[in-house]
Formats: sequence, C-alpha cells, structure tokens
Amino acid sequence: MIALGQFLEVLIGGLLSGVLYSLVALGFVLIFKASGVFNFAQGAMVLLAGLALVRSLDFLVAKGFPLWAAIIFGIGFAVVIMAITAWLIERLVIGPLVNQDGLTLFMSTIGATFILEGAAQMIFGSDAYPLRLFPTDAWFLFENLFPGGILVNKLDVWGGFIAGILVAGLAIFFQRTKTGRALRAVADDHLAAQSVGIPISWIWFVVWFAAGLVALVAATVWGTKLGVQFSITFLALKALPVLIIGGFTSVPGAIVGGLIVGAGEKIAEGFLGPHIGGGIEYWFAYVLALAVLLVRPQGLFGERIIERI
Amino acid sequence: MLYREAGQFKTTYAEDMAIFPIRQDRIALAILLGIAFMGVPLLANFHIWPFGSDYLLRAILLPFLILALAAIGVNILVGYCGQISLGSGAFMAIGAYSAYKLGTGVHIPLAWLGFAISIPPLPVLLSILLGGLTAAVVGILFGVPSLRIKGLYLAVATLAAQFFFDWVFLRVSWFANYAPSGSVNAPILDFFGLVVGTPIERYLLCLIFVTVFAVLAKNLVRGNLGRQWMAIRDMDIAAELIGIRPLYAKLTAFAISSFVIGVAGALWAFVYLGSWEPLAFSIDRSLQLLFMVIIGGLGSIMGAFVGAAFILILPILLNLIPSELGVPLSTETITHLEFIIFGSLICYLLIKEPHGFARLISLGKEKLRLWPFPY
Repeated sequence: MIALGQFLEVLIGGLLSGVLYSLVALGFVLIFKASGVFNFAQGAMVLLAGLALVRSLDFLVAKGFPLWAAIIFGIGFAVVIMAITAWLIERLVIGPLVNQDGLTLFMSTIGATFILEGAAQMIFGSDAYPLRLFPTDAWFLFENLFPGGILVNKLDVWGGFIAGILVAGLAIFFQRTKTGRALRAVADDHLAAQSVGIPISWIWFVVWFAAGLVALVAATVWGTKLGVQFSITFLALKALPVLIIGGFTSVPGAIVGGLIVGAGEKIAEGFLGPHIGGGIEYWFAYVLALAVLLVRPQGLFGERIIERI
Repeated sequence: MLYREAGQFKTTYAEDMAIFPIRQDRIALAILLGIAFMGVPLLANFHIWPFGSDYLLRAILLPFLILALAAIGVNILVGYCGQISLGSGAFMAIGAYSAYKLGTGVHIPLAWLGFAISIPPLPVLLSILLGGLTAAVVGILFGVPSLRIKGLYLAVATLAAQFFFDWVFLRVSWFANYAPSGSVNAPILDFFGLVVGTPIERYLLCLIFVTVFAVLAKNLVRGNLGRQWMAIRDMDIAAELIGIRPLYAKLTAFAISSFVIGVAGALWAFVYLGSWEPLAFSIDRSLQLLFMVIIGGLGSIMGAFVGAAFILILPILLNLIPSELGVPLSTETITHLEFIIFGSLICYLLIKEPHGFARLISLGKEKLRLWPFPY
C-alpha cells in the first residue's frame, strides 16, 4: 500500500515542476497566438537569455559591484539582448516569410534555433554556469501529520509564484492594453488587422520580445535548477506535450497542461516506472498528449478548429 | 537549343504517359545512371581522383544514398500526403532493429504459456524487407491519430513515436540481444552467397535499393494512389467530398512511407554503420530528414536527392573550410560557427525559395527551353 504522505509528496513535487514546464510553454503560446508560427527556437531563447544573464552577473560581481546592483544590471542586459534578438528574428527570418505556410515557418524557426544556439555559445561561452538567484533547499511540511513530512523544494515554490505573476501580467497585457488588443486582432486575421492600420511587424516584434522575456524568466528558474548549459535547450522538447495538452492558443491551457504533465509524469515514474524499467518520464508526457489529442484534437483549452472549403 | 521538346511527337497513349516524356530528360537520366552504376565503381576500383581513398565513397556517397532513400519515404508522407511527421528517426530505428532481430534469429520466451516462439535467422535481404514491413505496421498504428489531428498538432503527436521508441530500444535489452553496452553489430551481409563487404560493393547495394525504390515511388505518386494523397494534402474535406476515403489514403501513405523509411533504416544500420546504438536514430535524425525534404522540395522525388545531398554535404564543407583557409580557430568556435552558418543558410533558402530546390530545377528547365534566345 502506498502511503498517502508519499503520494502527496510526489504529487506536489510533480505539480510544481509542471509549472516550470509551463514557463517554457508560455513562450510558445505567445508566439503561436499572435503569428501562427510554431516557434521551435523557444528552447534556444531560454539558453541565450540564461547565458546573457549569468555571464553578465559573473562579470559584474567580479568587478566588485554589490549583488543587488549586479542582479539589476544583469537582468537589464539580458532584457536588452532579448530585445535585439526579437528584432533580428522579426527582421531577418519571420518578416520575409509572411504568408508562407506553417511548415515553412516552423522549419525557419529550427534554422533560427541553430543560429541562436551557435551565437549564444560563441559569445557567452559553452560551459555549464551555476546560477544562484533563488534558494534551492527543501521544506518539510505537515511533519506532525505524516511520518517524515512532505518534502517540497523551495525553488519549485518560487517557480510557481513567478509563473502566477507572469500569467497575471500577460492576461492584463492581452486584455487591458492597446497593444494587447492589437495583438489579438493580428492573431485573428493578419490581413484584416493590417488593413485597419495595425503595424504588423511592430506587433510581431512585441510578441517575440515578450516570448524572450518569458524565456528569461524560465532561464532564471531553470538555470538555478540545472545550471545554465546547453542541455537547457531540450526544455523546448519537454514543453511540447504541455502545449498540445493545453492547446496551442491558450495561456491558461499552458499552465494547466504543465500541471497535468508534471503531476502525471512524476506519478507514473514513481509508481509505474519500477515495474516496466524506469525512465518513462522520457516519453510519458508525449503519450499522454497523444491520448488527449485523440479525444480533443485542439487540446483541452484550444480554440475549436473550424474548417471551411 | 539543347533542351527543347519541339519535334518530339507522341503517337501512343503509353508515350504520352511515360515517366520522362522529354527525350533530353531520358538521356540525362541515362548518363546519370551510367555514371552512378559504372563510372563511380570503376573510378573507385582503380583509385582515380577523387576516389583516391575510399573516404568519398564510404563517408559521403553511402550515407547520401541511404538518407536520400529515407527522404523519399518522408516525402511520400509529408510532401505528397501533407501529414507532417517528426518521427521518421523512430521508423528508421524500427526498421533497423527488426531487421537485426530477424537477421539474427528471434526467440520470444512465452513462459506463462509454456512454450517459446523461435524463428531461425533469416537471409539478409528478407530481413531488411521484413524490417521495412514491421515499420509499415507500426506506421499504420501511429497514423491512426492523423484521422483526427491535423497539421502541427500531428507533428507533435508523431514526436510521441520518436520518444517512445527511443526509450524502448534503449531499455528493452531483448532488442539488442542482451548486449551489455546496448550497441549491436550487423550480421554478415550475405546476399544469397554474395558477401557484400568492400565500400564499392556496399555502394552498389545501396544504389540498387535506392534506384528500385525511387522508380517505384515515382510511379506510385503518378498513379491513382498518389493522386489521392495529393488531393488529401491540398484540402482533405474537398477530397472526401469527391469520394476519396481519407482513412485509406492517409493510412496507405503512412504505411508506404514507413516501409521505405524502415528499409532505409535497416540499410543505414547494416550497410553504413555496421554497429550502432539507439542514439543513431534520435530526434536529430528526424529533423534532418524533414530538412532534406523541405529544402529539396515538398512533393518531388528528385528534390529528395538534392535535399539529401545539400543537408549532408553542407556540414562537411563547413568543417573543411577553416582548415583549408588556414584560419586558426578553436574546434569549439568552429562548431558554433557551423551552427550559425548552417542555420543562416537554411533560413536564407527558405526565404528565397520556400518551395525548395525542386522548384529551382523546374525554373531552370523553363529557362533552358528558351536558351540562348530571349523569346
């Protein structure tokens, strides 16, 4: 019999790590919503943001800046880098490909992935760099309720907290600001939006910049967890099932999808894994996503796909 | 002047429907096949430049042929039927591992039933083809979701196949005949008494496979089935309305494409690698194949070859350039530069010609028809 405490521990750990997947998936959703581009480069953007942040932090601390100033300047530097990246991608890759079909755009973002990975590592170095922005020790909850208590990682809690703020911020941005409204218009119909005078290239820059900021946030959390290194780009592949469970076009979907994937993955690994050989975390999320797609082809929260002839 | 079909009259329906209706195309193809089948082996046999060492044959032409075959398979699914797949690497792996199992003898102990299924080692040719067949069966299985899911959602769903089979071949040691390292060796390539060993023989073997499959694929996509696929690709609802069964069309595309990819996977493992690990068929391979098809041109058999050549040779060239120029760069920087240049070229090509090299070739032909006159 599985102890309730153990189950809760796995569940909470899974839910919190799922939120971290959502952080990466959010970047995908933003870009897909506004431009219909399936952005494979999100993982590379996380790497770039993380490297820019951690290298500038190290540099500033070594120069004798106080830590708080180093953090502020480091984040500022990373934000500027992401803005430049967004501008370059819009200018050089996505802009010239307006009106091409989804597959071509998807492949072009894979091209962009290669460029970003190469450039980020060439400029900022290609080792693993530790990042210490959040506490990484563990909490023990409900020690009087369960033997040994429930182990919760503080970093994961921070991650959940930050994701909450991010989603709230994005929701306000999308619903309440003028740019947000323009963004939704572009997402609905490029041509119509353009013809009522919405500057489409500016909107796309904003979207890629926003995705860059989400990547930066994801990089701070994941960088603290794993260290900033090349393998962080594989997060993009981890975020894909989250994305299809939640639906490509839904911000809350990305969060809920992350929670489902995180919890499902950890529970499957913990209770099913020992029986069939372990390591099923590797594919479980994908099979889960496939099952969801068979029931709801547009994901749990995606907009209904209407087809016309 | 050279490339003009004026005066080539077709007097029968068979002539009108020929694969290559233009005489110059037939001549060019005959020359190409002559070079591939006779010229290259002869040059290689006598070590004439550029075949001084067998590097070109072994490290470039062999993988080119096999990946071109795989690209034809991917092109059937993605280019002709419009179902985006990111799981091609997995189907190569299925082809490779089932061919390996069949070639070395299958033994399935069914302890709870009290007996075991044993199949003696099959001949290599048969096991390669059966490997392809296994891949086809699995392909049909993973093609079923395509009846409900479309476009990029389907692409992500096919990733499930990729990751699942990566894991299966890594964890289930039965597939590797319980080799402790997980790496397996191909059986001896014995084709009915003819042992294929030297690079030239390997090259010819792959060439025969590729030629046969290319001709089959070319004929398939011109026929009834190919037209059904293209109708589904262009607009599936409209295709359904004019009486094409999406179930049949999509699943045949999945089956045939997986079969070709599976055979390519078995060749890749048996003929090119010799000994391999599951990592040989990772997601990178799937992306590489998709690149070949898109850069080469969706819906073009010729494009699969050009795309395979481009994607395969580009990194090799990029690797050679700095050392040839004598630029002192660390290997790390070179790797990163390669990434950047490769990515930039992909983006550049997609922007300049979203329809790939196949489109450039047909444009070139149009130009040639007028050349050297401006009208």
